[in-house]
Amino acid sequence: MTDTGLGSLTTVHAIAAPRGYGAWRRLLRHRSFVIGSSIILLLTLAAVLAPLISPVDPSAMRVRFRFRPPSQAFWFGTDMFGRDVFTRVLYGARVSLFVGFAVCVVSGLCSAILGVIAAQFRRLDGAIMRLMDALMSFPAILLALGIAAALGPRVSSVIIALTVAYIPAGVRIVRAAALTVREMDFVQAAQVSGASSLRIVLRHILPNCLSPLLVHLTFIFAYAMLAEAALSFLGVGIQPPIASWGNIIAEGRDYATEAWWVMLFPGIAISLAALSLNLLGDALGDMLDPRLKGGE
Amino acid sequence: MIMPLLSVRNLTVQFRVDSGWVTAVDDVSLDVGEGDCVGIVGESGSGKSVTALSILQLHQRATTRIPSGTITYQGQDLLRERGSTMRRIRGSEIAMIFQDPMSSLNPVLTIADQISETLRQHQGLTGVAARKRVVELLGLVRIPDATRRADDYPHRLSGGMRQRVMIAMAIACKPRLLIADEPTTALDVTIQAQILELLRDLRKELKMSVMLISHDLGVIAEFAQSVIVMYAGRVVEEAPVAQLFRRPVHPYTVGLIAAVPKLDSDAPRLATIAGRIPGPQEIIVGCRFSPRCALVQPRCRDEPPLMQPVSDGQSARCPPRILVLGERHG
Repeated sequence: MTDTGLGSLTTVHAIAAPRGYGAWRRLLRHRSFVIGSSIILLLTLAAVLAPLISPVDPSAMRVRFRFRPPSQAFWFGTDMFGRDVFTRVLYGARVSLFVGFAVCVVSGLCSAILGVIAAQFRRLDGAIMRLMDALMSFPAILLALGIAAALGPRVSSVIIALTVAYIPAGVRIVRAAALTVREMDFVQAAQVSGASSLRIVLRHILPNCLSPLLVHLTFIFAYAMLAEAALSFLGVGIQPPIASWGNIIAEGRDYATEAWWVMLFPGIAISLAALSLNLLGDALGDMLDPRLKGGE
Repeated sequence: MIMPLLSVRNLTVQFRVDSGWVTAVDDVSLDVGEGDCVGIVGESGSGKSVTALSILQLHQRATTRIPSGTITYQGQDLLRERGSTMRRIRGSEIAMIFQDPMSSLNPVLTIADQISETLRQHQGLTGVAARKRVVELLGLVRIPDATRRADDYPHRLSGGMRQRVMIAMAIACKPRLLIADEPTTALDVTIQAQILELLRDLRKELKMSVMLISHDLGVIAEFAQSVIVMYAGRVVEEAPVAQLFRRPVHPYTVGLIAAVPKLDSDAPRLATIAGRIPGPQEIIVGCRFSPRCALVQPRCRDEPPLMQPVSDGQSARCPPRILVLGERHG
C-alpha cells in the first residue's frame, strides 16, 4: 500500500473517477482502436449530417447531367439518372449503418438472453441449441435472402432476416462463455451469500460473458452491412429510390464499363466501414482478453 | 444439554457417476456450538468440503443425493428447506469463505458492488447507507485506505487483500456461523497468519461460531477449539484440540501428527503414512484405513468400526486401539 499520507483531495478524486478510467486510457493507446473508431465516427457523422454536407436531394434526377465523371461539381460523379453519387453515398450510409447497428443490437440482445438461458437452464439447452444448429445449417446469406424475400422488401425485413441469420453464432459464443463462468468460484460465493438465481445470472454470469460477444458483434456489424449490400444488390433488400450502398452498386452494375465511379465509391465506403469495424473488433478483443489484461 | 447451533447427524452424501452412485460423505455427525470454533482436518477427498457444502445445500441437485442424515440449524432441519428460506439463511445466518480468493471475486464488479450485493439481499441497504457499511466492513477486515479500495476491481488487489474482501462479504450480515473452507491454503505463510488472526478477532467481536476446514494441522492447532479428523468420507476421530495433539487415538491421526515436519528433528526423511487414500468407488467393507494401518487386525477388515468415546470429549473410530489404551490407563 503506497497510500500513506494521501490527502483527502486525492481520495475524493479517486472516488469520483469514472469506472474503467484505466481501460479507456489503454484503449486510446491502441492504434487499431483509434483508427477503427475514428473512421466509424466519421462515417456516422457523414450519415447524420448528410443534408448539411450535401444540400442536393439524393433522388433528384437531372437527365442533363447523366454519367458525369467525378469533377469539382460532382465529387463522385453522377449516375444514369443524373443523381449525385456523393450525395447518394452519404444518404446510403444512413441506411447501411442503421441496418448494421440494428442487427448488431437486436442479435446481440437475443444472443445474450438465449445463450445464458441455454447455459443456465440445462433442460432448455438441448432445444435452444438444436434450433440454432438448424439455423446454422443454412448459409447465413441464403437464410437471410429467403427471410427477406418472404417478408417483402423493406428495411425492417432486412433487419429481421439478418438478425435471424446471425443469432446462432452469438448464442454459441455466449453459451460457451456462460458455461465456463457458471462454474467459477465467485458464482458459488454469490450463492453462498444468498443471491437468487436470476440475480446470479444478471449480475455475475452475464456481465462476464459480454466481452467475447462484444467482439463478435463488431464483426456482425460489418457482416450485416455487407449482407445488406448483397441483399440490396440482389433486389430483396432496400428498394430504390432509397439509397443504400448495396443498391447504388446494384444500379451501377449495368454501366460498370462506362461509368466506373457509380460502383467504385459506394464500394469504397463499404470496404472502409467493414475495415474499420474489423479493426475495432480486433482492438476490443485484445483489450478484453483477460490474459492480456495486466495488473494495471 | 444446550442445543448446539448446528448439528449434523449421520449425514451421507452421494454423487452420481457413470457407474452409479459413489459415497463422498458417509455417516458424518458433528456439532458446532454457539461461539465454538470447530476444525475439520483431513486430506483431499476426505469429504470435508462436501460436508460443508451440504450444510448450505450448494450441491448440484441433479447429481447429488443425501440418502440419510439431518442437518439441524437452530432447531430447523436445513435439508428440508428449499428456495427462499435457504437463500435467507445463506449469507445472513451461515456464511462461507473459500480457498481461492483469486477466483472467488467477480472480476467485473468493484469491491463495493460485491459487498453491497449481500447487504442489499439481506438488509435492504442501498446507495449511501450500503456504501457506508461497505467502507466500515473493509475497515473491519483491516484493508488500509478502505474508501479508495472500495472502488477498485478485484484484479488490483493481492491475494491476501482479496481474502479479506471475501471475509468482509461473509461477515457483512453478521452471520452466526462462518464456514471457512481452507481459507489460507492459497496464501503465503505470513499472510496466512494475518488472516487467521483476523478471523480469530472477528469471531470474538461478532460472537460467531466458526467451522474451519483445513488439511493443515498447524492451522487447526492454532485456531480450533475442537477438531474433527476425517478420512475417506468418515469421521475417524473427534477431540478437543489439546487432547488431540497430546494423545491422538486413531492410527490415522497418529500418522498425521507424526507427519508434521518438526524443526528440531534430525530425521533424514519426513514421516509419511504408507499407501494412499482409497478412491470413493473402492469398496472397503471394514475400516477404511485398514489397508494403510500398521496396527491392523483381522476384524478391522471384516466390519466397519463404530465411533466410541475414549475420554471426555474425545472419541474415535478404532475399537482395537481404544481397547489397548483403556487397558493401559485403566
